[in-house]
Amino acid sequence: MTATVPATGRQFDLGPLSQIPAGEGRAFAVDGQQVAVFHLRTGKVHAVSAVCPHKGGPLADGQIDGAVVVCPLHLNAFELATGCSRNGLPSLRSYPVEITDSGDVVVTV
Amino acid sequence: MTGTVPDVVLDDEDFETRRRLVVIGNGMAGARAVEEILQRGGAEQFTVTMFGDEPYGNYNRIMLSHVLSGEETDADIFLNSIAWYEENDITLHAGVRATRVDRFSKIVYAQSTVDGTTYESPYDVLIIATGSRSFMPSIEGLRMDDGSLKPGVFAFRTIDDTRGMVEYAEHDDHRRAVVIGGGLLGLEAARGLQAYGLQVDVVHAGSHLMNAQIGPAGGDILRKSVEELGIEVHLKARTTAIMGDEKVQGVYLLDHPLLECDMVVVAAGIRPNIDLAVTSGFTVERAIVVDDQMRTVDDPDVYAVGECVQHRGEVYGLVQPLWEQAAVLADHLTGTDPTAAYHGSRTATKLKVAGVDVAAMGVQGPERDTDEVIVFSEPKRGVYKSLIIRDEKLIGATMLGDTSKVAFLIQAFDQGLPLPEERLEMLFNLGTPAEEVGIAELADDAQVCNCNGVSKGALVACVESGVKSVAGVMEKTRAGKGCGSCKNMVCQVVEWAAGGAVQEDPSANWYVPGIPMDKPELMKAILDQQLRSVSSVFAALAPEGAEDAKSKMGLASLLKMMWADDYIDEKDAKFINDRVHANIQKDGTFSVVPQMKGGVTTPDQLRRIADVADKYDVKLVKVTGGQRIDLLGIRKEDLPKVWADLDMPSGYAYGKSFRTVKTCVGQEFCRFGTGDSTQLGIDLESRYQGLESPAKMKLAVSGCPRNCAESLVKDVGIVAIEGGRWEIYIGGAAGAHIRKGDLLATVDDPETANLLTGRFMQYYRENAKWLERTYAFVPRVGLDFLREVIVEDSLGIAADLDARMQQAVDAYKDPWKEGAAPATPGQFRTSLPLEVLPKVGVRA
Repeated sequence: MTATVPATGRQFDLGPLSQIPAGEGRAFAVDGQQVAVFHLRTGKVHAVSAVCPHKGGPLADGQIDGAVVVCPLHLNAFELATGCSRNGLPSLRSYPVEITDSGDVVVTV
Repeated sequence: MTGTVPDVVLDDEDFETRRRLVVIGNGMAGARAVEEILQRGGAEQFTVTMFGDEPYGNYNRIMLSHVLSGEETDADIFLNSIAWYEENDITLHAGVRATRVDRFSKIVYAQSTVDGTTYESPYDVLIIATGSRSFMPSIEGLRMDDGSLKPGVFAFRTIDDTRGMVEYAEHDDHRRAVVIGGGLLGLEAARGLQAYGLQVDVVHAGSHLMNAQIGPAGGDILRKSVEELGIEVHLKARTTAIMGDEKVQGVYLLDHPLLECDMVVVAAGIRPNIDLAVTSGFTVERAIVVDDQMRTVDDPDVYAVGECVQHRGEVYGLVQPLWEQAAVLADHLTGTDPTAAYHGSRTATKLKVAGVDVAAMGVQGPERDTDEVIVFSEPKRGVYKSLIIRDEKLIGATMLGDTSKVAFLIQAFDQGLPLPEERLEMLFNLGTPAEEVGIAELADDAQVCNCNGVSKGALVACVESGVKSVAGVMEKTRAGKGCGSCKNMVCQVVEWAAGGAVQEDPSANWYVPGIPMDKPELMKAILDQQLRSVSSVFAALAPEGAEDAKSKMGLASLLKMMWADDYIDEKDAKFINDRVHANIQKDGTFSVVPQMKGGVTTPDQLRRIADVADKYDVKLVKVTGGQRIDLLGIRKEDLPKVWADLDMPSGYAYGKSFRTVKTCVGQEFCRFGTGDSTQLGIDLESRYQGLESPAKMKLAVSGCPRNCAESLVKDVGIVAIEGGRWEIYIGGAAGAHIRKGDLLATVDDPETANLLTGRFMQYYRENAKWLERTYAFVPRVGLDFLREVIVEDSLGIAADLDARMQQAVDAYKDPWKEGAAPATPGQFRTSLPLEVLPKVGVRA
């Protein structure tokens, strides 16, 4: 199965990690795509597509733990690391993401 | 734009080694056939092109009656969105009608129904799945001069038909509808139209309703059930003409005076769409004739599937044969099973028609002298059951009003299972053994959950893999997670498969799923270890210190209740509503409900609310059931500005918390009022505003026993009675559950009423399970016990409860003040494509 939007492998700097409080997520428009970036309390960062495939819920508003984000609308859970659904829904797209030495979040789309 | 668009670009063709599969029809049959083919690895063998004359992806036509009745939105019923076609590399021409097949040059000709663009699509293999259309009988006045349906006349077949009906039915001046046809679809249409406040008549030519599926005796009982719903039924009635020049004004029936109406829905059956096949020279009798591989008898490269097909003389109008045909076709086309053959379907239907459970299969009545007939009829309850048995095999059954035994009957009918000697066991559950026999004899591939397509075999396999709790099996297989009507059967299968060793879910008593402790244990651990933040609770008490997203909200609420001002507020522990102090809506916007104590407001507040509604483009201003004003459709980023402009405190319409106090006018103005209910309502709301609790708390105060504020169905409801006294009721509800509150106490003054209200709420806060409303808590704990503790202070804890409640009251802060200085970076930043998100540029 091919993804709707092909990966370009381009990197985008979203700015400093400090704009995402620990334990929360924020949404960004990256190269025309909606990306939700989550900042775990452990310091880890994950990025997945920002729109729930079930009914379009805003995933960046969801609650997270070490493994999943829970959509605020109907509580469907998706794995942060892979984008896989825990409830049999289509997967989210997952994006490679890293923190630079200067503390910026860089996502690869 | 017109012109011929070649479908396949030449240079693609040079490299393409796969065969070209073209499918005419994007309905349930065409799309299912393609799904089955792809499932069998068909993408490696075929490029797929589909034509559908409706300009959409593929939807579940069966659910259109739910869309009409408003139970589902039209977006809910799509099976495959446009994106699915893209992902699977299928070229979909939606809104393009195939007009002709040239069998000799192997080309499909098609034309856009939107702009007339023409298409030519060459094929190696062709599937015709053109389905059916509504049969429109020739009735005078049905059509206008130009051949279009008269305004107000509708067929009931497509999503556009349904949208048209909804729009028309919603007109205020449309009051009465006539449905022509008393079959399944007609009754569904009638029931659906009632939802728009229309008086509905069903006009049926047959002598009883649903005569295609059930016999006269069952039809009679069905009619009574339908009439009880307020639908008038006219049997043996022929529509002779539809009145009205510009639009529908009424219908004439034979032997009946003019039936005035504003709307006519024609549900008089369906006819296969065969025009394309006839024009293209295929053999067509009642429908397109196919063999056991679903191949047309004229051309080995052309297949047909679904309702447009005639197989061994049968034409089907149900979904199940279509699934079976699609599977055979896919087995055959992909070579997965070259011996696959379709031998016809034994159709059994089980459905809810206009709110009445109906199941029917096989013959309606006895055909031979030796046929055994078992009938049970209870017209008063709308229950009718009949069985026809021949040579110890079930050959027909009808169940009305009670379909509890239908699973076994369908299996028995379908597979010729042995029947119990005591025939009554097939009609009723006579103790447990009969039911177990039913489940045991259910075939492995029998579908138990019809929403998510889960078979008995899949459930059994899940149990055998070690999941022994019903909830666990449901979570894993998704069985019972659709409409929920099969939950009972899922339970039975799990119990049967686990051989009585069904496990209680160990987490059932835990306060939150991520910490293995019940509430008293958890509260004690929190106090002993002085845990004041959610993250510290996880670190100290969760297995391996692991956070659990679904436990956070409950823990945050519990800690705030326990520590009041000393609670360490971590935003990420809170549900989005509590993070931004507003209620998230389905589109990601929020609703804002300012506090309006006791439902009392002022012209100045109303002016401010109106100004805010204008300024922020509020989509809906709604008066709530709790006597407040709800502003819906506020964008997240606008919340702080809205609060600043309103300059009113939060009404807490979003939290698991104290919400509002509904009041009546009370003695100040009401001539019946015996107590100042409005003032007590205001006092209660001032005192307990924003209080966290395991579930929401809605209160009311009524000024006399007429009870205009509905105090008897509130978490706490107070009623003023003659003599200046006040009754306090607890544990009432009128939402998903209905329960009349229990009288806790009758007191002499409003101050005592206020005190006992607070004491009860504090006891509830400290002892209820997470999300347990008072209507469940009060009967669980027991009214007598609560009265002893709260009114008589039998445990000697009343003073402590009052003190802890006072501490919580003192810790109140209006959360909307946070708007002026957000608590975290980006607290009010949008998370949806509603507004411009922070955009980032390309990194050099």
